[in-house]
Amino acid sequence: MAIKSRGWLIYAAFVAPAILFFTLIILIPFLRAIIFSFQDWDGISSNIQWVGWSNYQQLLHDASFWKSFNFTAKYVAATTILLNIFGLLLALGLNRAIKLRNLLRTVYFLPYVMGSVIVGFIWKFIITNLFAQIGEATGWSIFQKNWLSLPDYAFWSIVMVAVWQSVGYFMIIYLSALQGVPKDLIEASEIDGAGYWGRMRNVVFPLIRPAITINLFLAIANGFKGFDLNYSLTGGGPFGTTQSLAYHIYTEGFGRNLFTYASSKAVIFFLILATVTIVQSLVLKRREVEM
Amino acid sequence: MKKRDKRLNWIIFTILFVIAIFVFFPLYVTLVNSFKSYNEVVSSVASLPSVLHFDNFKTVWNQLNFGGVFMNSLMITVVSVVGILLISAPAAYQFVRRPGWVSTALFMLILSSLVIPFQSLMIPLVKVASDLHMMDSITGVIIMYWGFGIPLALFLYHGFIKSIPRELEEAALIDGNGIVGAFFRIVLPLLKPITTTIAILHSLWIWNDFLLPLITLSSKKNQTIPLASSVYFGQYMNEWHLAMAALTMASIPVIIFFIIMQRNIIDGITAGAVKG
Repeated sequence: MAIKSRGWLIYAAFVAPAILFFTLIILIPFLRAIIFSFQDWDGISSNIQWVGWSNYQQLLHDASFWKSFNFTAKYVAATTILLNIFGLLLALGLNRAIKLRNLLRTVYFLPYVMGSVIVGFIWKFIITNLFAQIGEATGWSIFQKNWLSLPDYAFWSIVMVAVWQSVGYFMIIYLSALQGVPKDLIEASEIDGAGYWGRMRNVVFPLIRPAITINLFLAIANGFKGFDLNYSLTGGGPFGTTQSLAYHIYTEGFGRNLFTYASSKAVIFFLILATVTIVQSLVLKRREVEM
Repeated sequence: MKKRDKRLNWIIFTILFVIAIFVFFPLYVTLVNSFKSYNEVVSSVASLPSVLHFDNFKTVWNQLNFGGVFMNSLMITVVSVVGILLISAPAAYQFVRRPGWVSTALFMLILSSLVIPFQSLMIPLVKVASDLHMMDSITGVIIMYWGFGIPLALFLYHGFIKSIPRELEEAALIDGNGIVGAFFRIVLPLLKPITTTIAILHSLWIWNDFLLPLITLSSKKNQTIPLASSVYFGQYMNEWHLAMAALTMASIPVIIFFIIMQRNIIDGITAGAVKG
């Protein structure tokens, strides 16, 4: 008995710090976000009122919330497609016996290790100054516009910078999957007379499917969580057209101090991302069973 | 190699090389313009500087108090990461070695929080943090990173510990080590590969993180590098030459870290993505 209780003491000592900090920093704030979403509070006064579902009812008719939702959905779609296409193409290129492979890989990956806010500022400078000067020098109308002040151009600016920054990351995951494809399988299919596309479709793609699934969901989840580039590159503008959901929650919560109302948006935001993650794990599980 | 393949590889190499130049160009532009005077930046972004203005860096260093800001970033990153490792490894070890409903329930609870995005709890976090006097304090931010870093670290440690045989620890226990001694002397060294992965993933995240410092650190003396650099991009600022110097200074530490640790970073990030 003495040994057993000593064992539990050690167990508690090993586990307690993790539980403590997890509870304090994640669990309590998260539960409070849910509670906040059913309350009305200005952040200062001592009385907090329960308001039931009214925050949620309000957000159903909140044009700025839906505007940021639309932006985010479009942004997720665009970045997911572009990151995966370009990431896969770069990986297929680097998977060949070409010169300077390691150097090229390093260059493609480099932007990913830099902070997104720094990256956003770099591109803000390039778009506002370099593009304008290119426009002057060449007379090309596309560079004579101020991209960050036109809604469509601002949207594609963020997408472009996000792809520039993260494509190396997606490439790395595809590359490591491609390197795991057994050489003899490729050779066997060549002997069977399969062309390049036939080989891709029937041998390579099925074998790298786990990487495709991982990358698709990574792109979706990261896209939904986007904040830094919206903050640094466009500041959500012009006219709030490039406010992501995360940026919208930030400005509502900390700019306008609508703690409780913004919390209801935060809960919706959580539900969207939780759905993405759960669907992902179901898809991955089903694949495992198939294989 | 077939002749046709060789030619194709040359074509692909040329395309990839041109893409690499485009990828690198923004970094080149940043570096080059950080050495120019304001007028030169505004008149020609793409050209090389006529005179190297090292003063830009001096001005930025003083205006941002870059030495102090750098130390803040370093301190926050190192203490946060070491803390995350030291908190998560022992917990994961017990969860694996003492299975049962308690371990399963606690592990699943922490693991399931991986689906909670930071932005959905940041508002109440600020409230909780100010109740606990953790706002505008470097210690406070470090403690918050401990909390946010635990789920992924615990998950990766848990998977790794499952794969190491029990016999080694039992031998250590028989040799007269207590369980604590066996953990620190035998288990922790065995965890080195996964510890490296976790340390790299969390270092990059914390070093580059912007949103948590933005909402919790308000005074200038506590700022991190990304936070301090953003002053050159406020609404009415257009001192582009200083801004470029600031961005260059902000980027250099992480680029050096990347070049030195490249192999580990790429392996760690791949492992983290595939398992996470």
